[in-house]
Amino acid sequence: MISIKNILNPTALKIQAMKSKSVATGPFGVIVHKEITDHIRSWRFAILIALIVLTFIAAMYVSLTNIKSAIGNAKDPDHLFLYLKLLTTTDNSIPPFHVFLSFLAPLLGISLGFDAINSEQNSGTLARLMAQPIYRDNLLLAKFVSALVMVSSLFLALALLMIGSGLILTGVRMEPQELLRILGFIVITIAYVAFWLSLSIMLSILFKQAATSALTAIGIWLFFTIFYQIIINLVIKSFLPDPAYLTPAEIISYNDLILNLQRIAPNQLYSDTVTTLLMPSIRSLGPVTMEQMAGAIPAPLPFKESVMLVWPQVSGLMASTVGCFALAYYFFMRREIRS
Amino acid sequence: MKDSIIQLNGLTKNYGSRKAVDDLTLDVYKGEIFGLLGPNGAGKTTTILMMLGLTDPTSGTAFVCGYNATSSPIKVKKKVGYMPDSVGFYDNMTALENLVYIGRLNGLPENELKTRSAEVLEIVGLTADSDKKTAAFSRGMKQRLGLADVLIKNPDVIILDEPTLGIDPTGVREFLALIRQLSRQQGLTVLLSSHHLHHVQQVCDRVGIFVNGKLLAQGNVGALSSQVFDTDSYVTTIRIAQPIQRPWLLEPTLQAWEAINQITINKNELEFTCNHDVTASLVRFLVEKGYDVIGVNQKNYGLDDIYQKYFESNSTENTSYEK
Repeated sequence: MISIKNILNPTALKIQAMKSKSVATGPFGVIVHKEITDHIRSWRFAILIALIVLTFIAAMYVSLTNIKSAIGNAKDPDHLFLYLKLLTTTDNSIPPFHVFLSFLAPLLGISLGFDAINSEQNSGTLARLMAQPIYRDNLLLAKFVSALVMVSSLFLALALLMIGSGLILTGVRMEPQELLRILGFIVITIAYVAFWLSLSIMLSILFKQAATSALTAIGIWLFFTIFYQIIINLVIKSFLPDPAYLTPAEIISYNDLILNLQRIAPNQLYSDTVTTLLMPSIRSLGPVTMEQMAGAIPAPLPFKESVMLVWPQVSGLMASTVGCFALAYYFFMRREIRS
Repeated sequence: MKDSIIQLNGLTKNYGSRKAVDDLTLDVYKGEIFGLLGPNGAGKTTTILMMLGLTDPTSGTAFVCGYNATSSPIKVKKKVGYMPDSVGFYDNMTALENLVYIGRLNGLPENELKTRSAEVLEIVGLTADSDKKTAAFSRGMKQRLGLADVLIKNPDVIILDEPTLGIDPTGVREFLALIRQLSRQQGLTVLLSSHHLHHVQQVCDRVGIFVNGKLLAQGNVGALSSQVFDTDSYVTTIRIAQPIQRPWLLEPTLQAWEAINQITINKNELEFTCNHDVTASLVRFLVEKGYDVIGVNQKNYGLDDIYQKYFESNSTENTSYEK
């Protein structure tokens, strides 16, 4: 950033220019630059963009055709948030965009990362790259950052396009809160992609064959989206006593147990978070007793409160991303590079 | 004393219980071409990886250009160009783009990149192909591009792992001539590993023979052969027109020669093992005694024999272990 102070002070400006130059020519910048070029030129990314854009258009089309009834629904406390409604309204023919994303984002992350290291190793470029005076973590971080830059620009562009076209089509003024919520939704989505990206980069280090690491990553994704809930239900059912004989407190504790187990799955964390962000009237992600509900007016929460509500989920998501990346780092740093 | 630019001291690498490199101590001097010769799986690549800090030694140290390769690999990699045995390039990029990328990673200034890349491509003779995608490159071209890739960073030392693998004979000759020329012109130190004896023999100043993780011998080819075959390193075989009857009357006379250690008679072939070259006097002697000499063959020990000898001793060692 060049501030006014810097303009008044030419030496500071010069120093800053030198700094930015050295950053641009540093090995990390060079690798990121090259990786982004590769992504842009690759068919893979083109297909993924097409997939996401198509989903986005379909979801927007459905929500636009139903927006009138959604806005007119006075019983819904959120009915005045036009732009949030654009993202969440559906007539049940297809799921809304954020639910779509909870399926597509893992695919995006996995496909951008599953061959990050092993394809370089198999083509013999990794040994050559590692013989250059660069730190190993630079390579790993560059792979991660470059994919994330691509994904971030994609989602940011989509969100801004949606807001812009919404403004033109409806002419309705946007609440600052709505902008914050939509940006929050984008940030969480990027973090969710980042989790799958770091997981797949880790797998690409562990497995020599790109196909193996892709399959493993997809396996993990399928396990969490489909089988995990089934397994939890089976396990809980096996030792859950008949609810008729339980006190309300016990029922709640069992319920909490189930919820907490479900929250191990990253997709659960993601969908909890984005639903809360996009639907301001959501007040709790767990069971709520009648006493707690008594006297509550069904009204949208302020942005800050919604964020507070999902903060554990957000930090859980970030923690698992960082955890996967740290593992990738651990596996990669001291490994022997042979072609 | 010449300055050694690569110093390996007691370098050892274990993979589980297997010793890939066993207590290797080696000096490579500035400006020389050193050949690391050994069969597949002898630990050549592992040694090279340890020199570059790409793998950690179990014990011992590797100093390259004065830096410890294990603790400060970045400094070593700034000075050393390394070409791995199956060098690969980014297929979707052209030869020039591949080079420029490596140049950038080495921190070459942006305005010098293009000229420097063109220069090294000229050196390895790939100027005409610089805008071709490397996916279309043949093995030999990739090998030459690999050399360009090594040269672009202006290294002090270049390490080539099996550089002649999979190139046709003409390509090998050209490639080795190129390496020799570069080493002589620019004072580069070259360390190359190979299992091709003849290639190494053509180009290297000194050779180290490396079997099962151990450096068995080092020195120039001549010194190696005397090291291996000790005093009996001159063998002269003389073929005579008529078969020799035994006992041969002249044998005691010849035995009395100081130079001759052993005489083997095989029909019409006489094999003399001597401690120095007496071929000429032997032939003169036999002709004077009325023998018709039809062939004289002086056996010179090349790397092949040296190598063979090591393998023999090595394989007998192995079998004795098995017993």
